[in-house]
Amino acid sequence: MTVGDHPVVVIGAGPAGLACAIELRRRRVSDILVLERESQAGGIPRHSAHQGFGVRDLRRVMSGPRYARRYVEAARRAGARLREEAMVTGWSADGALEVTSPEGREALVPAAVVLATGCRERPRAARLVPGSRPQGVMTTGTLQQLVELHGQRIEGRVLVVGAEHVSFSALLTLSRAGARVIAMVTELPRHQSLGVVRLGARLRYRTPLWTRTALTGIYGRHRVEEVEVLDLDSAATRRVPCNAVVFTADWIPDHELAVLTGLDLDPATRGPRVDTGLRTNRAGVFAAGNLLQGAEPADVAALSGRHAAASVAGWLTEPSAWPGPRVPISCHPPLQWISPNAISPGSDAPPRGCFALRSTVFLRAPLVEVRQDGRTLWRRRLPRLGPGRSTGLSAAWERAVDPSAGAVEVGLAEAAQT
Amino acid sequence: MSAGSLERDVVIIGAGVVGAAIARELCRFELRCTMVDAGADVGAGTSKANTALLHTGFDAKPGTIESRLLRRGHQLLSDYASRAGIPLECTGALLVAWNDEQRAALPGIVDRAHANGYTAIRGVEVDELYRREPRLAAGARGALEVPDEGILCPFTTPLAFATEAIAGGCELRLATPVTGVERLAEGGFRVRSPGGSVTSRFLVNAAGLHSDEVDRMLGHDRFRVTPRRGELLVFDKLARPLLDHILLAVPTATTKGVLVAPTVFGNVLLGPTAQDIGDKDDTSSTSAGLAYLRSEGKRIMPELLDHEVTAVYGGLRAATEHADYQLAIHAPEGYACVGGIRSTGLSASMGIAEYVREELGAAGLPLRPTDHPPAVRMPNLGERSPRPYAQRERIAENPDYGRIVCFCERVTRGEILDALAGPIPPADLDGLRRRTRVLMGRCQGFYCGAHVAALLAGGAPAP
Repeated sequence: MTVGDHPVVVIGAGPAGLACAIELRRRRVSDILVLERESQAGGIPRHSAHQGFGVRDLRRVMSGPRYARRYVEAARRAGARLREEAMVTGWSADGALEVTSPEGREALVPAAVVLATGCRERPRAARLVPGSRPQGVMTTGTLQQLVELHGQRIEGRVLVVGAEHVSFSALLTLSRAGARVIAMVTELPRHQSLGVVRLGARLRYRTPLWTRTALTGIYGRHRVEEVEVLDLDSAATRRVPCNAVVFTADWIPDHELAVLTGLDLDPATRGPRVDTGLRTNRAGVFAAGNLLQGAEPADVAALSGRHAAASVAGWLTEPSAWPGPRVPISCHPPLQWISPNAISPGSDAPPRGCFALRSTVFLRAPLVEVRQDGRTLWRRRLPRLGPGRSTGLSAAWERAVDPSAGAVEVGLAEAAQT
Repeated sequence: MSAGSLERDVVIIGAGVVGAAIARELCRFELRCTMVDAGADVGAGTSKANTALLHTGFDAKPGTIESRLLRRGHQLLSDYASRAGIPLECTGALLVAWNDEQRAALPGIVDRAHANGYTAIRGVEVDELYRREPRLAAGARGALEVPDEGILCPFTTPLAFATEAIAGGCELRLATPVTGVERLAEGGFRVRSPGGSVTSRFLVNAAGLHSDEVDRMLGHDRFRVTPRRGELLVFDKLARPLLDHILLAVPTATTKGVLVAPTVFGNVLLGPTAQDIGDKDDTSSTSAGLAYLRSEGKRIMPELLDHEVTAVYGGLRAATEHADYQLAIHAPEGYACVGGIRSTGLSASMGIAEYVREELGAAGLPLRPTDHPPAVRMPNLGERSPRPYAQRERIAENPDYGRIVCFCERVTRGEILDALAGPIPPADLDGLRRRTRVLMGRCQGFYCGAHVAALLAGGAPAP
């Protein structure tokens, strides 16, 4: 295959990739190929059975599987070519994507590539939780596929590690699958989801939330028999009988392709560094959705894909116009990351008109400051900042960035009020 | 019962890498062999969790049987690996001294290597060391190069041996714990297990961690196995470009120290710890062990710690109170004790097997070569040779080799179905993992865990 067969290849048919393909077609880009390595397109929402999808992008509420189906159908209707069971396994130096599928092994040379490979939860090993290695330890991803796609029941007492949106989603799945969730544990002083979600879980399932608690061991010969938890305030440990452990959240972008092809990564998000038009540092390569940071809700990922499509379409009509050197944006602790995280000269607005900002600690009414080279570009109080959930940061300062003055820094302007 | 009415010529207790190597060696002769193991799979005990290195034996204790069989085993396994398709890379090792005391110990290590008959070892100056391993932490004082140390697949090796043994007529009884062994009045042995018993003229004890118990069942009392636990960390494949060689530490009296090594799968390994424990089943990792490994990793190659950890595991070495293997052949009665094979069992396995075969032959085991010696070719799990997902012709032949199920390790549906239909099918997910690499990658099942479980259960949806 040669250049021009598929001007645009989108890698990943989750919400971001599909929304990008639909918007590209709306913008009259003629030939778009979306590659999906799973046997069915749709991404993570396919096995997230709960409600709440579609609010920001489709202006209505639906379940994950319905949301996924809707995007897949819309992409097909729009005329994007969708190929399932097709995985990009490499990206050669001459720009060819190496693709494996049941149809064979191919090399594709597209004019533009949109990376929309999403993110995954860190499994037990990556979190270095010691102990024996029994069956019954999984991530939400595995759990929801077992239950929602394969109809498996989960018996017994289960511990959920994490207290973000996805952790409550795991709680719902476990309840549907027949398990009893003995507790959710988080090392933070409180959960990181919406108050109404936690309240619902408390009322409906009576699941206790153990805050300031770390999981420090998993034990069992064949199946999980017990776990060890540590109270971070008293330093006391205790053993709790339990039959399974579900590790939730603690996301990491699925950035293998981005790394293999040598894209510049942001050390804080561990996703590709992108400007506000979601351009990477390589001409013709864009990145969207939760590959940029782990993790935003599906509708936010979809809007990110839609946003990238505008940049892709612009570049296809004017391929010489790839922006020059970019200015990186970095965060000062306790701020954790910002996305997008670079400013190109003559830049566009970021997706949804603002930057997403996270902090490692809960902050009430933090005074946030954007600086460059000793100059304050912007300073304002945000309503809240915290882990697990993004806060929008105004893009009003973007025009004030000097493309030649070095990194933009985002930090707190005064001692943190937690 | 007369000798002629014995059911088998040889019973081998233990289907780890050593037992399987012996079974493979014997099945090239006209013999009726049975291999029994308490575990549900071949190589599922201590053989599955080690540093996956092919040692030259340069640092063995000179004059020991371990030294001799390691040297021989290295030679035999190097040849066999290429014939049988066992992933093996001869990366070479650099043994790094980090202070004056360690630097002063280097000449002694060279002398020892020479005494072990290994002469390719040589000194490497600091600037050459950093030229070859630029990501090594600052502060190295000198090094030795051991060019023939290699990395190999610890899973494929015992499976290749056992597969070849079966092809040669060996009977394999898994999930068969040995509960008793007795000598028969007319000669020979009866090996008892809950499912029944089997009699044989010769008996090989390759029971690994339990070799002392089997030995005691026959009335001997010469060694005790005290498991020495080693914890290891496996880093993400994105860390693989950090190094080219196995990085060894200067050994102390008690341990070879913590090493950093690439794996044939394309990961980076850090470990092991060394801790004597009482429980022969306790392969747990500990927070102290993991913290120690991380501090050692940071000391040796700081950038390694920036990478994600893909797996944590613990293995048990069958250490005894003695400094050498516990190899004893009781010629008149036909009993071979192959115990106390410590951390070098994988490397020495074929040397041990050859030795046991020769000794049993001398003890009266009739060794008549078969007309059709079996040969196996194992599925490639290594990164150095192409795997099915990257092979145009194989996908054209069978589209299932183009259906990637495990994305992190690029394991295809075709390979999984092959393993399930193989001569030694996996008993569980771990067995499938060792045969295909499925679920061994960075996501640990986030994407494919449920799909793989369904394939194993036989519920594979039609493509």
